[in-house]
Amino acid sequence: MTDGVPILKIGSTLLVSIQIDLQDDTALRLQEDLAERITDTGARGVIIDISGLEIVDSFIGRMLASIAGISHVLDATTVVVGMRPAVAITMVELGLSLGDVRTALDVERALALLAPVEQFPEDVLLGAVEREEG
Amino acid sequence: MSAPTTTVEHVPIRTDSDVVKVRQLVRALAQQARLSLVDQTKLVTAASELARNTLVYGGGGDAEVQLAVDGVRTGVRAVFKDDGPGIPDLDLALTDGWTSGSGLGLGLSGSRRLVQHFAIDTAPGAGTRVEIATWSR
Repeated sequence: MTDGVPILKIGSTLLVSIQIDLQDDTALRLQEDLAERITDTGARGVIIDISGLEIVDSFIGRMLASIAGISHVLDATTVVVGMRPAVAITMVELGLSLGDVRTALDVERALALLAPVEQFPEDVLLGAVEREEG
Repeated sequence: MSAPTTTVEHVPIRTDSDVVKVRQLVRALAQQARLSLVDQTKLVTAASELARNTLVYGGGGDAEVQLAVDGVRTGVRAVFKDDGPGIPDLDLALTDGWTSGSGLGLGLSGSRRLVQHFAIDTAPGAGTRVEIATWSR
């Protein structure tokens, strides 16, 4: 059994930095741990840093896509950051698409991407739109 | 293809952690063979897909990985063998998106695109053997 991947919380964002060569069962555990942490903390954003990953094969690609899907259902946005150029080239050639997963070049950009979500919760934004239209 | 000039490393594939072992071994040899970073990444990714196939569909098996020399070129060759059920319709199995299980159906077809040499030998009930190789350019 390997150690799990640590999940850090910054404000209403969860940050996961994958620094190890992910074994399939570790990837599955991360998926479950993240779902639990999102509901426990009410996080609105999840940032997954994969700069430590030397490859993204179909299993890891599928894990990233399902984490994004699960967090979406739990009302959080997932952003994958730090993909190495060689990994991006390989993924495209493999035929793997991350689907609706949002990506950013680094954690800083991902935080900026998630900032509107953090500062203006959706109901506030919707309320503002309704007031303007009304 | 020329005769192997280096020792073959055997990795039994029985668990998830063995798939990681195969990846790490292929990566180390790819660096020794001086493959470009993109070629290394493609080869390791293909090896990862095939090792997982061996585990999931073949019910476990073996990987044989070696540094290969062909004239002035160096490369890495990897063979994945299992005694599983084999693949009844190979053309279908090599089609993007086709899957017999819960995967994405990219393992075989995708890994074929990632390497320079790809050969597969399989028959129903006779197991599966996949050989891949990539050479320095």
